Amino acid sequence: MMLTMEGVHAHYGHIHALRGIDVEVQVGEIVTLIGANGAGKSTLMMSLFGNPKASAGRIVFDGEDITRVHTHEIARRGIALVPEGRRIFPRMTVIENLQMGTAHADPANYDADIARVFAMFPILDERKSQRAGTLSGGEQQMLAIGRALMSRPKLLLLDEPSLGLAPIYIRKVFQIIRELNRDHGMTILLVEQNANQALRVADRGYVLQHGEITLAGTGAELLASPEVRAAYLEGGHA
Amino acid sequence: MAYALQQLINGLTLGAMYGLIAIGYTMVYGIIGMINFAHGDIFMVSAFIAVTAFTILAAADVTSIPLALTFVLIVSIFFTSAYGWAVERTAYRPLRGSTRLAPLISAIGMSIFLQNSVQLTQGARVKPIPPVLEGGVVLWDAPGFTVQIGWTQMLIIVTTVVLMIAFTWMITQTPFGRQQRACEQDRTMASLLGVNVDRTISLTFMLGAALAAVAGVMVTVYYGVVDFFIGFLAGIKAFTAAVLGGIGSLPGAMLGGLLIGLIESFWAAYLWAEYKDVATFSILCLVLMLRPSGLLGRPEVEKV
Repeated sequence: MMLTMEGVHAHYGHIHALRGIDVEVQVGEIVTLIGANGAGKSTLMMSLFGNPKASAGRIVFDGEDITRVHTHEIARRGIALVPEGRRIFPRMTVIENLQMGTAHADPANYDADIARVFAMFPILDERKSQRAGTLSGGEQQMLAIGRALMSRPKLLLLDEPSLGLAPIYIRKVFQIIRELNRDHGMTILLVEQNANQALRVADRGYVLQHGEITLAGTGAELLASPEVRAAYLEGGHA
Repeated sequence: MAYALQQLINGLTLGAMYGLIAIGYTMVYGIIGMINFAHGDIFMVSAFIAVTAFTILAAADVTSIPLALTFVLIVSIFFTSAYGWAVERTAYRPLRGSTRLAPLISAIGMSIFLQNSVQLTQGARVKPIPPVLEGGVVLWDAPGFTVQIGWTQMLIIVTTVVLMIAFTWMITQTPFGRQQRACEQDRTMASLLGVNVDRTISLTFMLGAALAAVAGVMVTVYYGVVDFFIGFLAGIKAFTAAVLGGIGSLPGAMLGGLLIGLIESFWAAYLWAEYKDVATFSILCLVLMLRPSGLLGRPEVEKV
């Protein structure tokens, strides 16, 4: 088991954002979380990093309890996040942003890792000396994914990677997710408002509503489920 | 002409010291968005540490000047950095995540505390040290006026230039510098990438204090006297320098320091020496009114 959340509660300020979450991610799986805005998807991802810390429950990553571990220590154990809104460092160059992904990685792997990221996203190679803030939204998303991959994570979290992107980049993002999983065996937890695409690419999925898991199943099961169809697919992004 | 050249040399010396202190203000502002009003007093503490170190050396009969200066610099940098670390740890870290005003008030309290504790332990009188480096090089023996650059002035300018080059290299080229800038731009994201943010902030305070310590040693050698109140004026002037250059910008702090030093020297030489502080603070007012982001600073509003 790569990741287990057991009865996790978390508060965001005065808001009780997560109310007893049980989620499991197995090695090599793509798992997706779908839900409306404000359902707690991003909080769930951030709570894995202890920001906010779980007020109750347990989070186990790769066999170790990380519920009370510091955020930067959790990152060093092998979880990488492509956050909502990308959060690249705008006043650093593209290459410096990628180097930030290696804050805790083995320097011996640097050349191989940077070559791998540039092969995946040739546009980043072309723009490597450019300030990241000058990139387009889609390019910034590629940079955020590349930065997360630089540390060779065991578990990759993607928070709304297709949000606000042009269709060509949305296709690219889902293609990358498939490739990473299929060719590199990367375990992925994906949060998406694009429920249709997300469920198609995922092995399993969870539906999050008001901080609680209301439905769980394989991607195909959830795609076929009447509740999911009514709430997230029809009239939505399908 | 000769007189102006002499003022230029004096102004550069003064400006170098302001610049060294200003970097501490600007770095701390950059990373946690607060003005560390105790930074001037950290500088003052470093000068007292230097006086103590010189006294110990005199008692031990050390006569080699390079050896003495190196020893005093190392001692002062070491203890002053420890002060910088302790100030952040006790007065600011517990307030992280509270309102913006809280650490500011805490900083003013820390400033008063440092001043008063030095006054209590070291006394309110000025402390002199014997001259360390006397003489200098005559640059130009013009009729009626001799332009001279003192050894101390040369030492101050050269040390500052070397430190600023080394510092710029560290911030722009090393992994620590990159992590420091990452924390400036997005602290949460930096921690999600495995950067220990608390440690980076601590190191930033220590580095700022270390540079202030160099300035403290230089001031002690240059003027030969220190008292518990020197941190106040030097601190506010260095703060003015940081604001003039653009708070948050490292080259800005260096440029601002230089300009403030030059303006002060020339103002005192050609206008009214008694009003040189007024000149500095008028600049602070003008910058805040006309160009709040400073000469090299970024405007607050950023495209996202």
